Amino acid sequence: MDALRVPRPVRRLWRRLVSMRTALVLLFLLALASVPGSLLPQRPLNPPKVQAYLASHGAWGRFLDRIGAFDVFGSVWFSAVYLLLFASLIGCLIPRITVYARAVRAKPLKAPRNLDRLAEHATLGTGLDPDEAALRISRALRPRWRTAVRTEPSGAVAVSAEKGYSREAGNLLFHVSLLAALVLIAGGRLLSYEGSIVTTEGSGFCNRPISYDSFHAGRWVRSGSLADFCVDRLESFTASYREDGSPAQFKAVVDYSEDLAGQSRRDVIEVNHPLRLKGDRVYLLNHGFSPTVTITRPGRTPVTDTEAFLPQDAVLTSEGAFKLPGRDGTGDDDLGLSAIFAPTAVITGGVVTSVAPTVEDPVLAVLAYTGELNPGGQPQSVYSLDARQIATGKLKQVGAKNLALGQSMRLPDGTLIRFDGYKQWVNLQVSHDPTQTALLLAAILMVAGLLGSLAIRRRRLWVRVQPTAGSARSVVSVGGLARSDGGNFGTEFAALVAQLETVLGAAAPVPPAAGSSPEPSVAQDRIGAGRD
Amino acid sequence: MAVDGNLASLSESLWTAATGTYMLAVVAYTGEYAFGRNGRIARTSPVSRAEVSSAQVSRVEAGVRQSALVGGGTLTDPTTPTGQPHYGAGSVEPAGDAGRRWGRAAVGLTVLAALFHLASVTIRGVAVDRVPWGNMYEFTLVVGLMATVAWLATLVRMPQLRYLGLFVMMPVLLVMFLAGTLYTKASKLVPALQSYWLAIHVSSVAVAEGILLTSAAITSMYLVRARFERHAEAGTTPARFAGLGSRLPAAASLDKAAYRTVAFAFPIYTAGVIFGAIWAEAAWGRYWGWDPKETWAFIAWVVYATYLHARATAGWKGNRAAYINLLGFGAMTFNFFVVNIVISGLHSYAGLT
Ligand code: HEM
Repeated sequence: MDALRVPRPVRRLWRRLVSMRTALVLLFLLALASVPGSLLPQRPLNPPKVQAYLASHGAWGRFLDRIGAFDVFGSVWFSAVYLLLFASLIGCLIPRITVYARAVRAKPLKAPRNLDRLAEHATLGTGLDPDEAALRISRALRPRWRTAVRTEPSGAVAVSAEKGYSREAGNLLFHVSLLAALVLIAGGRLLSYEGSIVTTEGSGFCNRPISYDSFHAGRWVRSGSLADFCVDRLESFTASYREDGSPAQFKAVVDYSEDLAGQSRRDVIEVNHPLRLKGDRVYLLNHGFSPTVTITRPGRTPVTDTEAFLPQDAVLTSEGAFKLPGRDGTGDDDLGLSAIFAPTAVITGGVVTSVAPTVEDPVLAVLAYTGELNPGGQPQSVYSLDARQIATGKLKQVGAKNLALGQSMRLPDGTLIRFDGYKQWVNLQVSHDPTQTALLLAAILMVAGLLGSLAIRRRRLWVRVQPTAGSARSVVSVGGLARSDGGNFGTEFAALVAQLETVLGAAAPVPPAAGSSPEPSVAQDRIGAGRD
Repeated sequence: MAVDGNLASLSESLWTAATGTYMLAVVAYTGEYAFGRNGRIARTSPVSRAEVSSAQVSRVEAGVRQSALVGGGTLTDPTTPTGQPHYGAGSVEPAGDAGRRWGRAAVGLTVLAALFHLASVTIRGVAVDRVPWGNMYEFTLVVGLMATVAWLATLVRMPQLRYLGLFVMMPVLLVMFLAGTLYTKASKLVPALQSYWLAIHVSSVAVAEGILLTSAAITSMYLVRARFERHAEAGTTPARFAGLGSRLPAAASLDKAAYRTVAFAFPIYTAGVIFGAIWAEAAWGRYWGWDPKETWAFIAWVVYATYLHARATAGWKGNRAAYINLLGFGAMTFNFFVVNIVISGLHSYAGLT
């Protein structure tokens, strides 16, 4: 940012935005802003629940809707917090990276004048002269410490040592990877698509937006550019259950081809094991039954129809409908069947329910209606007849019967309805997100950075070797500073001093400074204000 | 392979044994806390000696200088503003200290309970032939076990903290009772949970949560102690609650311990959430979908990140940071109980009916 041209208020605002305190507040706001996203129903997850909430909460619901509370993570205010944090992160990372780049190249700081003012300090004596002692010390420290040896005007030789530079590197790696992750997540939203389709055994579909029952695509997805693959055929679906009726395994065997010219291959899709194609994944999300009926209306060709039914409970009592349009133009000649399919049926008081999800004794309970199925040709649910048409009498019930496999029923007009059998359907979801692999990499780097940042400890150590006229040739004072939390620096420092002692060779103890009592050569106190 | 009913009921008996033993341990810790000269060891331990708030440094500086050459042993502890007499590390303990015996019994009982606990979890896993954290009951048991292990590991490194066992074991005991109320019959997993990611994702989250539970306990002690110290500095008598503070380690030590536990758990928690996202990608076709469980994991993660930031930001250290830590724990707890039981989205593993 050019400091000369940018007006001052803007600069001040920017500086405030990239301050640690703002980051703190923004992080907190981000957490707070997410809360309604979990407490209120969300449109992208469950639109019917949002409708129900709106219906029962009147003005309050409409108010919430207006402020985007039913799509929190797509709302303006959530994005605002997210983007501000993003800006703050960039603004705070750039200067930190430059500072760090400089720090890595810089020599460790000069030794402070008075080493025993430091949180950790000790004094040793040695028979070596100062230069030799300093050399040995810096050699001993060098594998893990960055050192610099300086001769001071007084004739003393000082060794400055520092370690733990990679802590900041870890921290920067974490934040940069986080930034990358945020960019990739946003990119993923623009570039990903997701299609969902109900496929019955024996049939298949190709990866085209129009094939799907529902299809959501990011803004940058061009519908012509979807990968050319087809699930040619759902060969079979198997659900196995345990004795207590809980599901044990779901397995869909599919034939697929990766491009239009390619040959068909076979694979198995299971829960937790999607079919992974070049850029797309195919998931098994749900399953159910599709009963088949043959309807023979007098004077017309028999029609055989298989329709997917929606499971209503864990034992797969399923509901669905068959819709047979009548002769064009008459409007009251349609035939509709509203039906319940029970794989293992019990009939109590004429009501059919299932008692097991496995197929032991399948029954199709049929309510037959004639009249007008769909006035105006509005799109309507394929799983049920229009309740309003029934309520207004435009669809009239003309028969009801529970059909076992192979049984049929006859309507007053002579129509014959036969329950032929059933197939199974699966709900497959196709997902595509080209950013995933890169995002995983960013996530791994985030954790690596965190580990570095939280586990590596920054330490500073100074050693000053002064020539002396005493029995020892030099007095060695050592001082240490913990620059980051973590670890017990006192213990660490004591070990270091012991190491230095060996390096310098056993030497006569140094008499303590005037005024104190004689005590051991390594006199250390553990009291410190350091950030250990 | 079917569920082994005998093993499952053995596991349940072991739960009972573990819970009973934890109760006895809590009684013994209470004994040590009540009868022991607690605070004695802690005040003279290296941990608390290492910290002096900068305000106190100048006050004690003269003393420090002098004692620097004498070694830390007989130093009067500057962090004891009340100036109560206490024993230096080198001094002899008074004979027949009842608290000490209570404390030893407490640790023995904790180890025994932990063994029962471990056996209960392991045998449950064998009985159902899968990892033993497939529903809320099992998960709660594992989190409790992690907290106990974290506590015992702390004791190995810092035995002087033993007298605080009451404050750690009490939450663990609560967790055990909670597991009891969440009890779910031993059963196999539904296909959605049949993935090795269950082992990786849930175990990492459980470990992180066990450690963060410990951190929350330490933070609560910090808040009490910090208040006590403020009173002591001002020369006023602390009110009811803060009065407990006289027996706790120095606020600076507690603050640091709380930070270190979070710093240890945070990368694990982060990895746990990432593992969850990887699993979600394999199971549901998207790595993140703002499902309530995911949302609250995100909230807790952001709050703990805020905590780490707060500890590095002037004006936010100390009390404010401590409250943020508790807030993070609150979000995590909310995610476990309220989201599982009341809200429940795709992550319907609670096993409750
Ligand atoms: C998306 C938002 C952010 C998240 C999730 C986040 C997360 C974290 C975490 C978890 C830590 C502790 C681990 C470590 O030391 O590496 C941390 C540290 C740090 N963050 Fe951030 N951060 C964010 C944004 C920012 C911003 C905008 C700034 C700049 C003002 C910033 C500056 C720092 C600094 C200076 C530290 C080191 C603190 C220390 O010395 O302990 N962070 N961040």
